Amino acid sequence: MTERVARLRACSLETKPWLSLERARLLTGFYRTCDQALSTPVRRALSLAYLMERKTIYIGSEELIVGERGPSPKGTPSYPELCCHSLEDLEILHTREKISYTVSEEARRTQAEEVIPYWQGGSMRDRIFAEMTPEWKDAYAAGIFTEFMEQRAPGHTVLGDVIYRKGLLELQADIDAALGRLDYHGDARAWDKQQELKAMRIAAGAVMRFAERHADLALRMSDEEPRAERKAELARIAEVCRRVPARTPRDFQEALQAYWFVHLGVITELNTWASFSPGRLDQHLAPFYERDLSNGTLDREAARELLECFWVKFNNQPAPPKVGVTAAESGTYTDFCNINTGGLRSDGTDGVGEVTYLILDVIDEMRLLQPSSNLQLSKKNPDRFLKRGLEIVRKGWGQPSIFNADMVVEELLRQGKSIEDARTGGTSGCVETGAFGKEAYILTGYFNTAKVLEITLANGRDRRTGKQIGVETGDPRRFSSYDELFEAFRRQLRHFIEIKIRGNNVTERLYAQYMPAPFLSVLVDDCIANGRDYNDGGPRYNTTYIMGTSPGSVTDSLSAIRFHVFDRGTASMDELLAALDADFAGYESLRLQLWNKTPKYGNDDAYADGILRAVFDAFYDEINGRPNTKGGAYRVNYLSTTCHVYFGSVTGATPDGRHAWEPLSDGISPTQGADRHGPTAVIQSAAKLDHARTGGTLLNQKFSPRLVEGESGLAHLAHLVRSYFKLDGHHIQFNIVTAETLREAQREPEKHGDLIVRVAGYSDYFCDLTPALQGEIIARTEQAGF
Amino acid sequence: MVRHRAAIVRMALLVGSQWVDAARRANGKDEVSGVILHIMRFSLHDGPGIRTAVFFKGCPLSCWWCHNPESQNFEPEVLYSAERCRLCGDCAATCPHGAIERIGERMTVTDDCRLCATCVDACGAEARSVAGRTMTVSEILAEVERDVVFFDESGGGVTFTGGEPFGQAELLEGLLQACRERRIHTTVETCGAAARESVLRIGRLADLILYDLKMLDAERHRLYTGAANRNVLENLEALVAAGLPVIVRIPVVPGINDGADDVRAYLAKLPLTRVDLLPYHGAGVEKYRRLGREYRMQQTAPPADRTMAAMAAEMEAVGIPVKIAG
Repeated sequence: MTERVARLRACSLETKPWLSLERARLLTGFYRTCDQALSTPVRRALSLAYLMERKTIYIGSEELIVGERGPSPKGTPSYPELCCHSLEDLEILHTREKISYTVSEEARRTQAEEVIPYWQGGSMRDRIFAEMTPEWKDAYAAGIFTEFMEQRAPGHTVLGDVIYRKGLLELQADIDAALGRLDYHGDARAWDKQQELKAMRIAAGAVMRFAERHADLALRMSDEEPRAERKAELARIAEVCRRVPARTPRDFQEALQAYWFVHLGVITELNTWASFSPGRLDQHLAPFYERDLSNGTLDREAARELLECFWVKFNNQPAPPKVGVTAAESGTYTDFCNINTGGLRSDGTDGVGEVTYLILDVIDEMRLLQPSSNLQLSKKNPDRFLKRGLEIVRKGWGQPSIFNADMVVEELLRQGKSIEDARTGGTSGCVETGAFGKEAYILTGYFNTAKVLEITLANGRDRRTGKQIGVETGDPRRFSSYDELFEAFRRQLRHFIEIKIRGNNVTERLYAQYMPAPFLSVLVDDCIANGRDYNDGGPRYNTTYIMGTSPGSVTDSLSAIRFHVFDRGTASMDELLAALDADFAGYESLRLQLWNKTPKYGNDDAYADGILRAVFDAFYDEINGRPNTKGGAYRVNYLSTTCHVYFGSVTGATPDGRHAWEPLSDGISPTQGADRHGPTAVIQSAAKLDHARTGGTLLNQKFSPRLVEGESGLAHLAHLVRSYFKLDGHHIQFNIVTAETLREAQREPEKHGDLIVRVAGYSDYFCDLTPALQGEIIARTEQAGF
Repeated sequence: MVRHRAAIVRMALLVGSQWVDAARRANGKDEVSGVILHIMRFSLHDGPGIRTAVFFKGCPLSCWWCHNPESQNFEPEVLYSAERCRLCGDCAATCPHGAIERIGERMTVTDDCRLCATCVDACGAEARSVAGRTMTVSEILAEVERDVVFFDESGGGVTFTGGEPFGQAELLEGLLQACRERRIHTTVETCGAAARESVLRIGRLADLILYDLKMLDAERHRLYTGAANRNVLENLEALVAAGLPVIVRIPVVPGINDGADDVRAYLAKLPLTRVDLLPYHGAGVEKYRRLGREYRMQQTAPPADRTMAAMAAEMEAVGIPVKIAG
């Protein structure tokens, strides 16, 4: 890497995240003084324009790609219209051991004197909690599910190729055309659409103005710059910022800068989940790269430097500060931007090209937490692509993860997308499938199926609190068969899923009503044509997800009951329940039977894997196809981020022999340590889940470095991946590290500050993880070569 | 103890295949079966690609450095791990033959044990396991075929190892034939101590043979492995002469066969696919403890990398293609 990149990278790594109240202060000032008669979309758009006109502009001393969300790198804004932090929240953010943000005295004063007085009681978080039913609150407090939208806005989306084809000026012309087509006689919503379209127009203007301000600053800096080389760079930056994103990019640098301004627009407008992603960056950049190369205006090294400068920008934007359950379910600085490489083109041909390999080189060299990166691996992609990716994977910092591009297409087709939209889609966030640039696919919260089983075994009562929060499905001691138990579990599942969905449907309307995203709507097809907001069904596709968690723990627990209580009679139901109540104190022999002598998921065992399928079907049947409020449907996916640790912390002892409050299994991975027959058996078990009916699943595998040494080690990994994908698996990721190294890092964190591990759909610094999560990662079976 | 083992070895050499018959009778089915120690998936070091290794139980040799000592005896055995044992007594309480008693800090199996494995089920702590179970050809194949997708993708297959696969020749032949019908790549790993006729006839059914060779000196071979090596050498020569693809594998054991030996000159004369040098490791020591057997290599450390490299260089110098494995 060039010295410039090394310095920018070091600055990004060394600067501690800090809370900037600039956005909150400006926004509050705007809301205090704006015309109260404005429609909500127009007011939101004007607030963005206000921010973009006034926020501090930053151009770092050696930067080539410019623009920050905060006043400077790692400055992280808050979004009081969504979540108004209390002073206690700020203290927690400042002092907590993990994922802390420096909060200055001045910031606290601003929060106390300006922000809290205006927003307290009026944020989206307040509105959502006020609208939820007592049943919802009980279930939420018990840890049955989480609520994604209580501190962050719906996002989970990825840009298509629009900005490379059309500048924002041209999109404004599209908006004007749509305004001209409105039918005030025949369309009852014509005025609503007019307001939304006007808001989009204003929002597009806001982001263009933001770019202009950078052009002005760059020009001033260029005038004052004594060094000729930097002077020219700044003049060039000014030219680029004058051009994009108002007009289409003409070259590689302009293409990157165009995306970056649009990215900042989206994540400044709202704190969208999973920030925002450029999607198929390799395919988007390829025409610019090729043209510049043939013009002689760019070479591979210059392109690499630009990309690396671009990479640093992502790492400069930590996730907006989260508190409470949201911090527990997603405890990381990562904001889940995830860059796709490879896959297919819209015509179904191999999407891997020269820029793909260039990006992989950048990922390898940069070793940054953000952006996340992944391979979209199709059967049509060459092994060179897979092996280049695996070379990076085996360095052991958890990136890139690997997706089955052909399966992603199948999943999208099953949901009713067109074949072209499916092929240009991919995955974002952790593992979520979406049609890039055309779909709002909103993750609404994790669902704790293990807890539902626990409540079933207590006839609807939460064993932790003693409160009756579920339906009475019968005393399990009276169940005469496993089927009876499973039926009770299914009824309990339905009960809580319906509570969650009712809450979701209200929350969806609250966002549609109060928190439109006009700038994001400009970028996503067909919001302009429909005259509707991203948060109100404007996109071509609108999907709502509920995320299943810990199928491993649930399968093993049901398997243990079936095997030991109903098949073998190792223990009576009464004995088992007493053991669970006692967290196995005095029942160690029984616990060991449950833990070691039960057919478990992850071993290619038909008994356990059959239960996995039943658990999946029960969850799927309750959710899939239910209508959401935006003309789309509910779907399921399986991931847990860090939520399996939080869910474990509220779930007592489970029949698989797990002790109370310990982490549950992650993603669709087997329970930590339960897989005893190596990775091929894990893959066979995981493949028994019907991935085609999901919108993404997450399988973690941990390998010791020795196993993947040399050319043959690389080949083994490649064969495992290809085999899993042949069996229609969705995603697999590898942690290449020894348990010993991790234990060392736990003992001496200061010596392992650089140790990055794959957590779940993303990588994180091991030492930033909570001790519980660290322990959980160590416990995941370290697959050894035999 | 040593003498006792040697007696079993001699007996096994003579009657190895009778165990198969006994196993078949025990199984009660009219299909070839035998005693399998273990079936291990994702085996990466015994042949090309991703493989499933099928460990036959029983070996005519008992090499001092053997890291699978539980594979030597042709009969199933109960293994016991004192480290895992909680001394809870569940095994003794459930044993239908009253064959387990506590002696000091160990739950000890007496001569009344019938290998019924009730204690294995009863022990949640997994301190007890049975090494070896009777399986038919189709049962073994069903396990092997689970990973066909990985074999296809990686150019892998199944490796019959042990123990000594030729010690249960009829079972090996049945398996190799069945795999051939199913187009599954086969590798046989053998110590070579078997009847010439069956080695040649059955060896032809395998796609690759991994042939273990320890040393040329007959007396030392007898000392360290419990048997003479004339048969081993003649079988190797016969296989190579028959044009079968053979990789010779030499376990390099410090102080025993890492010094001067004429093995290099001997191998140089044979048209081998390759010679693999496998550095000795002490990973098996714990297993001897679980079997209640003495480990005679306690003081031996793995060979240094430079020793391995030097041996490889010497072989390459005489035109033998070499790989250091491990």
